[in-house]
Amino acid sequence: MSEIPLHIRDLNVAYGKKLVLWDANLTVASGRATAIVGPNGAGKSTLLKAALGLIPAASGEVRFFGQPLGRVRRRVAYVPQRESVDWDFPVNARDVVTMGLYRRIGWIRPVRAKHRRLAEEALADVGLGDFANRQISQLSGGQQQRVFLARALVQRADLYLMDEPFASVDAATEAAILETLDKLRAEGRSIVCVHHDLETVAGAFDEAVLLNMRVVAQGPCADVLSPENLRKTYGARLSLLSDAMHDLTRPHGPGPTGR
Amino acid sequence: MNDFLRVLLLQDHNTRVVMAGACLFGAASGLVGTFLLMRKRSLLGDTIGHSTLPGVAMAFLIAWAAGGEGRSFVLLALGAAASGFAGIAALWAVRRFSRVKEDAALAVVLGVFFGSGIALFSAIQDLPGANAAGLERLIYGNPASLTSGDSMLVAGVCLMIAMLGFVFFKEMKLVCFDEAFAAAGGWPVRIMDLALLAAVVLITVTGLQTVGALLSVALLVTPPAAARFWSDRLEIMSLAAALIGGLGAGLGVLWSAMAPGLPAGALVVLATSALFAASLLGGTRCGLFFQIQNRTGAARRLDREHVLRALFECGRDGTLAVDEKTLKSHRSWHTSSLRRALHRLIGENRIATDPANQGLRLTATGLAEARRIVRNHRLWELYLIEHAAVAPGRVDRDADLIEHAIDPAIVQQLEDTLDKIGNPGVVPANPEARV
Amino acid sequence: MEWTDVDTWIVTAGVLTAVACSIPGVFLLLNRQSMLGDAISHAVLPGLAIAFFLSGSRDLVPLLSGAILAGIATTLLSEAIRQTGRVEPGAALGVVFTTLFAAGLVLVRLVADEVHLDPACVLYGSLELAVLDGNPVPPIVWRMAALMAMNLFLALLFGKELQSVAFDERHATACGLPTKRLRLGLTMATAVTAVLAFESVGSILTIAMLIVPAATAFLFCRSVPGMLLVASLVATAGALAGHLLAIGPLPGLFRILIPSVGGSAWNSAGVMAATTGLIFFGTLFGAALIRYGNRPLGRKNRDRNQPVSTDSSAD
Repeated sequence: MSEIPLHIRDLNVAYGKKLVLWDANLTVASGRATAIVGPNGAGKSTLLKAALGLIPAASGEVRFFGQPLGRVRRRVAYVPQRESVDWDFPVNARDVVTMGLYRRIGWIRPVRAKHRRLAEEALADVGLGDFANRQISQLSGGQQQRVFLARALVQRADLYLMDEPFASVDAATEAAILETLDKLRAEGRSIVCVHHDLETVAGAFDEAVLLNMRVVAQGPCADVLSPENLRKTYGARLSLLSDAMHDLTRPHGPGPTGR
Repeated sequence: MNDFLRVLLLQDHNTRVVMAGACLFGAASGLVGTFLLMRKRSLLGDTIGHSTLPGVAMAFLIAWAAGGEGRSFVLLALGAAASGFAGIAALWAVRRFSRVKEDAALAVVLGVFFGSGIALFSAIQDLPGANAAGLERLIYGNPASLTSGDSMLVAGVCLMIAMLGFVFFKEMKLVCFDEAFAAAGGWPVRIMDLALLAAVVLITVTGLQTVGALLSVALLVTPPAAARFWSDRLEIMSLAAALIGGLGAGLGVLWSAMAPGLPAGALVVLATSALFAASLLGGTRCGLFFQIQNRTGAARRLDREHVLRALFECGRDGTLAVDEKTLKSHRSWHTSSLRRALHRLIGENRIATDPANQGLRLTATGLAEARRIVRNHRLWELYLIEHAAVAPGRVDRDADLIEHAIDPAIVQQLEDTLDKIGNPGVVPANPEARV
Repeated sequence: MEWTDVDTWIVTAGVLTAVACSIPGVFLLLNRQSMLGDAISHAVLPGLAIAFFLSGSRDLVPLLSGAILAGIATTLLSEAIRQTGRVEPGAALGVVFTTLFAAGLVLVRLVADEVHLDPACVLYGSLELAVLDGNPVPPIVWRMAALMAMNLFLALLFGKELQSVAFDERHATACGLPTKRLRLGLTMATAVTAVLAFESVGSILTIAMLIVPAATAFLFCRSVPGMLLVASLVATAGALAGHLLAIGPLPGLFRILIPSVGGSAWNSAGVMAATTGLIFFGTLFGAALIRYGNRPLGRKNRDRNQPVSTDSSAD
């Protein structure tokens, strides 16, 4: 597992004529949980999407485990934002999780009992063991987020790319996601997570990438989350948070922020 | 040849009236269609067009049963309008009582009303003495068959809709842009929505004779979509849409007058589509021509900046020659685009091959440009750091000079900071360096 | 009203067509491409006209190639317009299919001397004429059976991938599914279905049967296979009941209203479409009534759209 799970070099992404990511350079450490943090509009989600080829990049190079994505897709799992799908879709929680296995099952071959069992195990891992038969429209926002997480877990990938999994979720979901992150790390898997909440970064992640159109700093949380770096990323606005700064470097930071 | 000229010069009274009616219809369609497009409901026109059919058939049957011939345009139009509104009610019911999405609701109502219409038409064909040919022209459109009275009516209705559209433009703009905000502000959103739908029904009905039920959607969709290529602003867009719609309908009617054998409604649509194609290619906002020019231009400029910056940085502020291998490893390039950029820069006399060691070096003009680019780049980087909170919204790397994009006073400030730190090569910290 | 062999074949062909259409329809609906059925069944006209003109015959191969090309053209052109103009997908589709249909109408008129192709026939089709063939089993029955078998087979092969793309396109792409090609495949299947059905039974039946049964199934089904099953059943019921109404009660009613009329049977395809619509709206209002009746008394005034979720695991 010494190979670099994700290496991004000189990535430029433009929406129309406007450059939103600009010479982004990023090396994700193996077996660690990395948070990508930065202000709104800094290009955090864009970075993930461009790395996965979901949106075109203007220039630059992306390598997963030293190879282009096409060769190692099965080692990479993606958790998109919850808002990106229609939750009225006629499927239940188990069906959604099973979709994570479709590539492994392969073309034409049907979903079998063992695949369903794997899906149910993944659901149990995120605390939704009893919800396998629940229609997805009947799940709360947090539960929907956990279903997405389970769909990624069932892929048993080596690298997990998550887009704002903590965005507006309830306390139970937050706890379940944190527990999952710990477990994945213990198994030596790597995680990259777009994260909006500065206060919880140090508690939940090993490493942080500060992003504001370009990468301002990256490395272990304790080093990166310095007042100087945060000012460079967020600007003067952060001084309002000066009280919270104490918590930043404390291991196991504060829990839910009441948002 | 004489006939040709007669048509072209609009010497017939009837041709003139029909022409005026068609143009007004096209213009009103374009205007109403713009609002539909902004509400992302363009295909509503298609559903309403098809859903007029059962009404047309019913009106025909009733007229026939009452002893009439059932070919009066006004009567058929009333039936069409009634069934168009029934279609809207059905759409509303589907959306209100289920989670079926908009597109599916449109398709369901279209399919059902179309089917019912065809079933009723098949009944009409059995009627002794009934001439169903009058109905045919409502399905496919035949502007030439309009009497001048009908044309006046069409023109009147369209003029009224167009005027209402301009009078309530501001309010419609608000509702189209942000329905929730408009509702919170106390605007009667539902009534305005209903008014828009009513306008679509009226437009469709008046268009039955010109383009026909199946293609009436074309004039609601195509002109606004074409106008989108010309402007970003709703005011200009709706004017352009009205213009394109009116022009397209007028040209189509002329065309059909010259080619009487061809289906007239289809010609009107094709004329409008031709205007669309022209807009797609040459539109000044995002026409294909401009986009390609912009995109390759932007990519080339980015490559050019990267090369000049790399030569400047690798060659100790441009004083030394750099061999291609060093240049290549400096950042991730596509070999081909690097080659092309180098080639272009040599052609522009910005860089030259160093005779001593076969490396590349900046010429005097190249050096000046590289300095400007590097300065720009460093100032932008500094701006991102110093003004991180607002920067993402303002950074415009595409601006030739940073001064073009942000306040010169701020630039002055940034330059002072840069000077204070002294060696510009140090600022800002290399992002790749781990902290 | 008298049931004859012809009626049997009309119903058989109608049911087969309806079921054949309802299968791709389910995936179109889930992909939010419901209007594509209508668009394609209009847009194939120029493809057919050109195919007829070039081959000078009504053979199947040029016909299908024309249809597939027209289907691909519709998808690619509207996608290109959507991207360059940044307009909504519906508008882009609207521009393309109306243009193609208009071009088709003109082409048909231009080549009318070469081949017999009546635009009215393209639209309404005629089940009644199509089954009057003289053979013991009319060829269109075979053709529609083959079409249904093909669509069923494709749904079995690619259903799971199509479902995944429809639910979460980004995730499917990230997993390496060829999202665009799957969508294009669905479009092509729709085009082939539309063209085969049009050639034998007219495009009304196609347009209605692609989406109405699927939408009916969407009202209460909880899984995609369930939707496929229910949509097929609805399509069958609609086609069967539609023909029964078309040959008996409707002309009968008509005779009572307007006594002087001869009152032969109505266009079956149209009545089948309308009947399926009745099933849809019946289910819609029935379900709404049941929901309304089941609601606890105090909540009847509340907005129906509130999320139904009860987060029992959060506490």
